[in-house]
Amino acid sequence: MSANLPARHRAGLLWRLVFHLATAVAIVMLTALLLTIVNRAFGLVAIENAIDPAELARDGVPLERMDGAALTAVLADHVSRGLLRRFERDQPLAERGRDEVYNLVVERVVDPSVVQAWSLWDSLFRRRAVVAEAMSRHPGARLVFRSWLTGSFIADAQSSIPEDAGVRAAIKGSLGTILITILFAFPVGVGAAIYLEEYARDNRLNRIIQTNINNLSGVPSIIYGMLGLTVFVRAMEPVTSGALFGLGDGSANGRTILSAGLTLGLLILPVIIINAQEAIKAVPDSLRQSSYGLGATKWQTIRHHVLPSSLDRILTGTILATSRAIGETAPMVVVGASTLVTLDPTGPFSKFTTLPIQIYQWTARPQAEFRNAAAAAILVLLVLLLTLNATAILLRNYHARKQVGA
Amino acid sequence: MNTHAADLPVPGAEASALSLTGLNVYYGAFQAVREISMNFGTRRITALIGPSGCGKSTVLRSMNRMNELVPTARTEGVVTFQGRNIYDADVDPVEVRRRIGMVFQKPNPFPKSIYDNIAWGARINGYTGSMDELVEQSLRRAALWDEVKDKLADSGLGLSGGQQQRLCIARAIAVHPEIILMDEPCSALDPIATLRIEDLMRELAAQYTIIIVTHNMQQAARVSDYTAFFMMDEDRSGYLVEYGPTGRIFTNPDEKRTEDYISGRFG
Repeated sequence: MSANLPARHRAGLLWRLVFHLATAVAIVMLTALLLTIVNRAFGLVAIENAIDPAELARDGVPLERMDGAALTAVLADHVSRGLLRRFERDQPLAERGRDEVYNLVVERVVDPSVVQAWSLWDSLFRRRAVVAEAMSRHPGARLVFRSWLTGSFIADAQSSIPEDAGVRAAIKGSLGTILITILFAFPVGVGAAIYLEEYARDNRLNRIIQTNINNLSGVPSIIYGMLGLTVFVRAMEPVTSGALFGLGDGSANGRTILSAGLTLGLLILPVIIINAQEAIKAVPDSLRQSSYGLGATKWQTIRHHVLPSSLDRILTGTILATSRAIGETAPMVVVGASTLVTLDPTGPFSKFTTLPIQIYQWTARPQAEFRNAAAAAILVLLVLLLTLNATAILLRNYHARKQVGA
Repeated sequence: MNTHAADLPVPGAEASALSLTGLNVYYGAFQAVREISMNFGTRRITALIGPSGCGKSTVLRSMNRMNELVPTARTEGVVTFQGRNIYDADVDPVEVRRRIGMVFQKPNPFPKSIYDNIAWGARINGYTGSMDELVEQSLRRAALWDEVKDKLADSGLGLSGGQQQRLCIARAIAVHPEIILMDEPCSALDPIATLRIEDLMRELAAQYTIIIVTHNMQQAARVSDYTAFFMMDEDRSGYLVEYGPTGRIFTNPDEKRTEDYISGRFG
């Protein structure tokens, strides 16, 4: 046994501990992130009604048990004539169902609103203090446990009232944007990588191109936002607003899903190119040689051997780049994402907002309750990301299994 | 010692399947082989032997223009195949490689099924006959059919090394080449698999001209009709020392250097 063997083992053990520690730090950080978000997204809220429902009782009949006519009368007593006329114009109240009128009364007359929200931690472990605080500051309020992440949060459009706000338009905007990003960046990026790896000669021009691509991957995303603003929103406005094709309502002025998707596409293009180049480089030369040796042309070799063998690596890189793009905020601000979109995007030429923009905008609002909505939106964004990634990875693995033919 | 070709003289240019005339190959400024001229007999097995780095593989690869896939490679001289110089401007290297097939040192099946490994080359070359028939025929000729006939849909990478190499040979003959170049085809195989490939080569020699690079003296002696011995000079470029019937090269070479190499005194 050599004399320094124990020392070598000790060094190995030490390094192993360092690596464990590094992993542990990463896990702690990620857990902290998740806990912070969850802490905000759920918790007790104090809800105060504009009018106590008990006061609305008539002849001893509480609100919940009134019939349609009685509810209509309550409504008529408490809302302005103008609003009542508007309800009647939309659909006469007498023709509406009893439940619909009841909902109108709750919404317009009782008008419950969240006056204060507490974090999940406080709600669970400092409940007594929370109750005391609610009693003293909002004597008329009731304290209920609220999940800000609900089905209606996902299904509803944006609203200026935090409890009613939803992320439907933002989810659709994010999905639409990322679809255009992939449709643009994947073929262009892979095409460029194939050219650079398989066709380009090793000359000065191609070396300059290669160096530039490598550097472009490090350019801050906001610069890409400015590029997108100049090129897609301004210079190519007739195209990106859809006016050229007679599409789009013209209200977006080029600040459309198409512009945003192309901007994000530019942003991830260098990453996709570099990664695809590495994937193509990793294809063993013996595979190309055996293909050429059978009398295959260059394109047949690339199409039937190089691409299938590198596709799962190319896809891995594309998935990672796309995940980054989904979360990008800065270029979206510059390109001109709208911050309050209540209507769903209807196509590539619509005005749009995305989830990160929605989150950013909510955290900047003065009402504290929007912070809870933002936390819920972050959870939605994370779930969306995980779902998209998982789908992409499953597709990639399916392809990889098919490729080996085993 | 091999008895297949008796002690026939080296074939002349007219009777040969392939001729090299004044072949020089450069990698950048470095000259890898110098002034090679030789003729390869039709439906004969010719072995190229010599120490590492003497340019045997370079010579082999310049016979079907595989060498020009190396970006810095440059070839001078004439390679005559069926009356044409394959380096003429109007000759398509793709067609050259179809007619002069190649088997590589390391078995390199495609990551596809056994069936597709054979069928792919034929398909891209526009083969229109019965693919099942072609696959069976090619695998039978490569002495692999009985071992794989029940698992044609399995991956070619699941086979043993020797089977993989026979699959590569089957793949090469499926596109109906006239010449098969083999670059140390047995160097990654065990002795039993090696013997099977050698038997196969003897069978294939009835139909194909085979040129093989090998480091294994016994293999060259067992399998080849003709042997060419290469060496490199002081500036490390390879040249042809001696070329003749295998029997004579191994028993009674003209050159002292050939004898020294074959008897294991160097190399």
